[in-house]
Amino acid sequence: MSHEPRLVEVRKNILKQNDLNARELRRRFHEAGVFVVSLVSSPGAGKTTLLEKTLTALVSRYRVAALVGDLATENDAARLASSGAPVRQITTGTVCHLEAAMVQQGLDGWELDRLDFLFVENVGNLVCPASYDLGESLRFVAVSVTEGEDKPRKYPTIFNTADIAVITKLDLAEAVGFDSAAALASVQAVRPGMKVLQLSAKTGQGMPELIELLEAGLAAARSGVEAGVAP
Amino acid sequence: MHELSIALSLVDLAQEEAEKHGGRVCALHLRIGALAGVVPEALMASYEMACAATPLEGSRLVIENIPVVVYCSQCRAERELGSVQDFCCAECGTPTCQIERGRELELVAMEIEQ
Repeated sequence: MSHEPRLVEVRKNILKQNDLNARELRRRFHEAGVFVVSLVSSPGAGKTTLLEKTLTALVSRYRVAALVGDLATENDAARLASSGAPVRQITTGTVCHLEAAMVQQGLDGWELDRLDFLFVENVGNLVCPASYDLGESLRFVAVSVTEGEDKPRKYPTIFNTADIAVITKLDLAEAVGFDSAAALASVQAVRPGMKVLQLSAKTGQGMPELIELLEAGLAAARSGVEAGVAP
Repeated sequence: MHELSIALSLVDLAQEEAEKHGGRVCALHLRIGALAGVVPEALMASYEMACAATPLEGSRLVIENIPVVVYCSQCRAERELGSVQDFCCAECGTPTCQIERGRELELVAMEIEQ
């Protein structure tokens, strides 16, 4: 006797568990009053240098900490620790992105209410991190001038999960013939209205604007208003 | 490539759901948006590996690809996006990033044999 299979409705997000974990993180961050900023880019775009300079600029006035994801090695954490801020490495092994559960584990033992800013540096990858919410308040996507102006058009998905684009290594722009207008057009094509910062962590050009934006984000979050930078 | 991670999450979710109904799952129906960050072919291949030696082994994936639909404030209408490289209204050309559909990564239904 043959039975026709029956169709049972489910309608659930495949990454339900990650979404639940991210929601829990967001609740904890909100309760603790910590402003959480994550950073995604391809490998070598300058995330760690950018973070190093950002931590250094903030550490004298704010309580800052960072979690850094990498496939292997703890080199980045060691580099960032030179800023004086507490830094922890999340080594993902073969996993090409951070998941909310990894952030939860990475935070183990940290008292979040003793922090103003927490930075989360994702694994260098412009594809996979797009699918995973980490509970952050603000997501930056960084591209360096050496990567070409059309990077946003090649990775529209990640640009559509991020709030702010950062063009890094601006000190090399002239040497590599970087076309700033074309890069901005490329960002606007995949994410109309997206805020774009252009900076060089090395020379400090454009860094004050980033710091100002972070401070405004923290103030807005603490006053209970959304950061309001996403279009 | 993170489709294996997604496939493992899918196996967990489907097993959890299947336990509520009993029977053998022979197919999973998914909805995957063009902005979900998932390549359906890679997910299919990963799923085969992920469901091996679980009660889901041998089940198929039936994937519905969802195009990106944006809201155009000029036309006051939802429009299917011509290309994910160009977020503007397909009718009037107004730039828009108000995404109405296209991020889905959803287990919609399961086919179960008793």
